[in-house]
Amino acid sequence: MTDTLTLGKALNLGLRRAMEDDAKVVLMGEDIGRLGGVFRITDGLQKDFGEQRVVDTPLGEAGILGTAVGLAMRGYRPVCEIQFDGFVFPAYNQIVTQVAKLHARSRGRLPMPIVIRIPFGGGIGAVEHHSESPEAYFAHTAGLKVVAVSSPADAYWGIQQAVAHPDPVVFLEPKRRYWEKGVVDTDATPGPLFGSRVVRGGDDVTVLAYGPMVKTVLQAAEVAAGEGRSLEVVDLRTLSPLDLDPVYDSVRRTGRCVVVHEAPVTLGLGAEIAARVTETCFHSLEAPVLRVGGYDTPYPPSKLEEDYLPDLDRVLDAVDRSLGF
Amino acid sequence: MSVLSRTTELVDPVPGDGAPHLPDQPDLVQLLTPEGERVEHPDYSLDVSAEELRALYRDLVLVRRWDVEATALQRQGELGLWASLQGQEAAQVGAGRAMAAADMAFPTYREHGVAWTRDVDPLHVMSLFRGVDQGGWDPVATRFNLYTVVIGAQTLHATGYAMGMQRDGADGAALAFLGDGATSQGEVNEAMIWAATFAAPVVFFCQNNQYAISAPIERQSRVPLFQRASGFGFPGVRVDGNDVLAVLAVTRAALAAAREGSGPTFIEAFTYRMGAHTTSDDPSRYRLASELEEWALRDPIARLKAHLARTGAADRDFFDAVDAEGDELAVRIRTGTREMPDPAGTEIFDHVYAETTPELAQQRAEFVAYHASFEEA
Repeated sequence: MTDTLTLGKALNLGLRRAMEDDAKVVLMGEDIGRLGGVFRITDGLQKDFGEQRVVDTPLGEAGILGTAVGLAMRGYRPVCEIQFDGFVFPAYNQIVTQVAKLHARSRGRLPMPIVIRIPFGGGIGAVEHHSESPEAYFAHTAGLKVVAVSSPADAYWGIQQAVAHPDPVVFLEPKRRYWEKGVVDTDATPGPLFGSRVVRGGDDVTVLAYGPMVKTVLQAAEVAAGEGRSLEVVDLRTLSPLDLDPVYDSVRRTGRCVVVHEAPVTLGLGAEIAARVTETCFHSLEAPVLRVGGYDTPYPPSKLEEDYLPDLDRVLDAVDRSLGF
Repeated sequence: MSVLSRTTELVDPVPGDGAPHLPDQPDLVQLLTPEGERVEHPDYSLDVSAEELRALYRDLVLVRRWDVEATALQRQGELGLWASLQGQEAAQVGAGRAMAAADMAFPTYREHGVAWTRDVDPLHVMSLFRGVDQGGWDPVATRFNLYTVVIGAQTLHATGYAMGMQRDGADGAALAFLGDGATSQGEVNEAMIWAATFAAPVVFFCQNNQYAISAPIERQSRVPLFQRASGFGFPGVRVDGNDVLAVLAVTRAALAAAREGSGPTFIEAFTYRMGAHTTSDDPSRYRLASELEEWALRDPIARLKAHLARTGAADRDFFDAVDAEGDELAVRIRTGTREMPDPAGTEIFDHVYAETTPELAQQRAEFVAYHASFEEA
């Protein structure tokens, strides 16, 4: 069946299907049951699956993740919702010292099929701690896998693939795109979860993005096309592991690469990607890999977030600088 | 549940005129006095045969022998570190022997005595402290989870596991071990909130050994720890942690209540860490020798031995036989530890994920090639 869905609704349907497919799937989080989640991603699920499978937890992120570990040890597949990106840090200890390590520590005897859903990124005019991009912390941690979706179709399939995956997955949802619509074919065969994808072909500069920045970069590519510049846009989709083979193929043709994310530039994903592209495509590069991202500041008050967040113009500025080398 | 204390009366946590850490304890559950005299408690009875008493004595002696041997092996350079349980044998053996086969233990890093009761091979614990692995036992088969070093994190795992048991309709409970220091951790408080909210079949077994490395209990709490439970909405009980019979009785009752759906219990096993925090610690910097002498009079093994001897439940031949068995165990542990092979370097990469990543597979291949390059040269 093909339908036009918002990204949020696609997640809701994907979660529903994951719960139908496997009775061991348990959703856990704050306000996810009766309320349906503050973004309504779990809307209606408690009504249909009951309070045992859609658990309104006490208010404590470490408690959510810590009890998820115990449930996973008991054979369950917990899907934990962290209400906002900035609230994941009380659970950081459990995620980094326990969830990420138990499979290795137990030499495979204790699988941790836990999904940690985090609405991430800014652009919604929120108060502080509601607009963060914490992906690098998790991508830096061995034992975790990290993905970021950018479209309703990827959201629908990605959440199901993450739930079915045997390793812990930090599942980043671009909260400012929850209301964006796209076509979802629920009978399609989805591509792999841990794969990047060329979402727009081009010849002059390779531009990489994930999550909320994919749309921004696609808009930039459209504008650039009007100016006679052809951008190839890659949606990274998976941040750990990284899938850069399509990026290398692209950069070998274009010779130029720009990485875009909302997170601060210093030691962000872009730094790792720039290093790898340089190591792998050194002789093809016509310009250094450039990074566009947030500044090395705390996320600002919302009246300033447009200054902080990469936008179409900053992407095009980086493209100009790359072409100027 | 009436057997479990729900007292909320505040007691001065700081001893006034007595010896340090030995306040008057009207709430302490005790079935065997430090002199080895069997006493009754109105809420906890224990029918225990002479054979069972001898078995408990054997556990205590062998666990201590293991611990002494491990400390010696660390001094000889065979272990990187050892966390001694000396003084806490009764708390651990009593709790461990209270568990049913289907129950699941969530230890800290000092629960060697509980490991013993779950038939974990001591060498699988030694391998951890030798640096060979992160614990060589199978946590699923032994129903004894891997050790947890980050303080208190395991209490949430135990609670989640118990919630899983509850969903499965399983006839079992989870036993979460923690220390006095851990009670200050946010995660432990979250675990108790979760456990209470969901009436999870979990028992929190806190060995209050009076010190979190150097910090005395007064640094963690202004009320006796067992009284905290009432604030979370479930029973708390303080038991003489050096009395294996009392610990056995109290833990059995709490586990039974949990299995029956009555929810969690917090047990404070009041005991003392006779040794250092670990072999890297120097307790002479923060506590007096006189305190140690006080607690030596409450030794968990001596009191059971006195009881066995006085009642004729065991004779000299039995005590000698247990000692001889301890020597054999020590030899096995010593030999087994020394002969433990170092793991293969590639184990760094194995089991990081259930499905390894192309990146990690590449790093592993590079590691192998790098080391092979030396062999070729």
